[in-house]
Amino acid sequence: MALIDLANPTRFLNLANRGLPWLVGLTALLLAAGLYLAWFVAPDDYQQGATVKIMFIHVPAAWLAMFGWALMSVAALGTLVWRHPLADVAGKCAAPIGAAFAFLCLATGSLWGRPMWGTYWVWDARLTSVLVLFLMYLGVMALWRTVEDPARAGRAAAILTLVGAINLPIIKFSVDWWNTLHQPASVFRLGGPAIDRSILLPLIVMAVAFTILFLTLHLAAMRNEILRRRVRTLRLMQAGAGG
Amino acid sequence: MTPLTAMFLRDVRLAVRIGGGAIMGILFFLIVVTLVPLAIGPDLALLARIGPSILWLGALLASLLALDHLFAADQADGSLDVILTARLPLELAVLAKAAAHWLTTGLPLVVAAPVLGLMLNVEGKAMAAVALTLLAGTPALTLIGAVGAALSVALRRGGLLLPVLVLPLTIPVLIFGIAAANAAIVGPVPFGTPFTILCALSLASLAIGPFAAAAALRQGLE
Repeated sequence: MALIDLANPTRFLNLANRGLPWLVGLTALLLAAGLYLAWFVAPDDYQQGATVKIMFIHVPAAWLAMFGWALMSVAALGTLVWRHPLADVAGKCAAPIGAAFAFLCLATGSLWGRPMWGTYWVWDARLTSVLVLFLMYLGVMALWRTVEDPARAGRAAAILTLVGAINLPIIKFSVDWWNTLHQPASVFRLGGPAIDRSILLPLIVMAVAFTILFLTLHLAAMRNEILRRRVRTLRLMQAGAGG
Repeated sequence: MTPLTAMFLRDVRLAVRIGGGAIMGILFFLIVVTLVPLAIGPDLALLARIGPSILWLGALLASLLALDHLFAADQADGSLDVILTARLPLELAVLAKAAAHWLTTGLPLVVAAPVLGLMLNVEGKAMAAVALTLLAGTPALTLIGAVGAALSVALRRGGLLLPVLVLPLTIPVLIFGIAAANAAIVGPVPFGTPFTILCALSLASLAIGPFAAAAALRQGLE
């Protein structure tokens, strides 16, 4: 089944309704496994103690915040280039979820930074660029709410998403390009991960769990958005017929 | 005369004759430069140190407020529809309008910055550095702002949408502009490093801005 087969909203809704319970179960399973591994299996850091385990939420949240914008960028291309009917729905629904993950990343990082660095916040390159990402998420959500026609709003949001995608490589490489307080890359770097497998495994499991959580929430949100647009169309038709 | 030149001259003439853009921009710049020392206290040494940052912030906010003029007047009287259907490619039309806008709104801010620096006790070398970085950075502000202005052109109750969309995208310009200005005054970092990145940001916005703004205009006005 090609992506274009999902262009039919009814077929997409059927697929979503069938698949969502399984995805919810898988999410719960993976989150339980990840949290168990993070809490009971991963060792304490010799310097930071058990506080280091915030990392198992902070790092996957950061990855998912960037993943959200990347998904929105692909959806934006789908809207502008391939005119896929559900692409703007995908883009609209990914924005609040990505914003939530970005906020989670900033909040957990801030709570972690207080005992570790002595400060809740510092204006270094990594933190500032993630904050800019969070602001851009809110900007896209504001744009969606300001334009009334969904199709037109979708195209406007798609343009803004693609313009803002420039921030993703800036976030990724900010710790390499600038002298930052935030630590440099430990996982996705040339030469492979620099952290021990006992910590890497729970991290990967939590990252996969967060990803499936993102996709579950995204699918449910897309289903809601399609139904919302149907209600809007029915209301418009009713207003046109009755008036 | 080519259509591009005609478009550019039209916008310059309109801006000069109707007026308001440059004077209002400088006036708002002056007000911001007045408000900040009132807020943080008159310590002259402190003001001299953060003076370049205040000037950059004032210029950024002043250029943001002037962005409404870019497309709103033409959209109100229908000229924008004519521009959309004209033979001149929309991207070039946007480029001409942005160039005229920068000439009539951004450049006056660059000229006003050293004068306002006197109020902030900024020393001579710093004023020159601020003016030079503003000269390199204000085109980026205009072009990035053009994208935001195009996105919000057809909205009636845009409100604060334009600043919310544009300001996060202009943050790199602000960061590198101030880094270059400070590098010229104090820093161990040579002036050239952040300055060339600032120029690169302006050139990149020159390459991307017209296309994004034109696409936004097309979808906004159908």
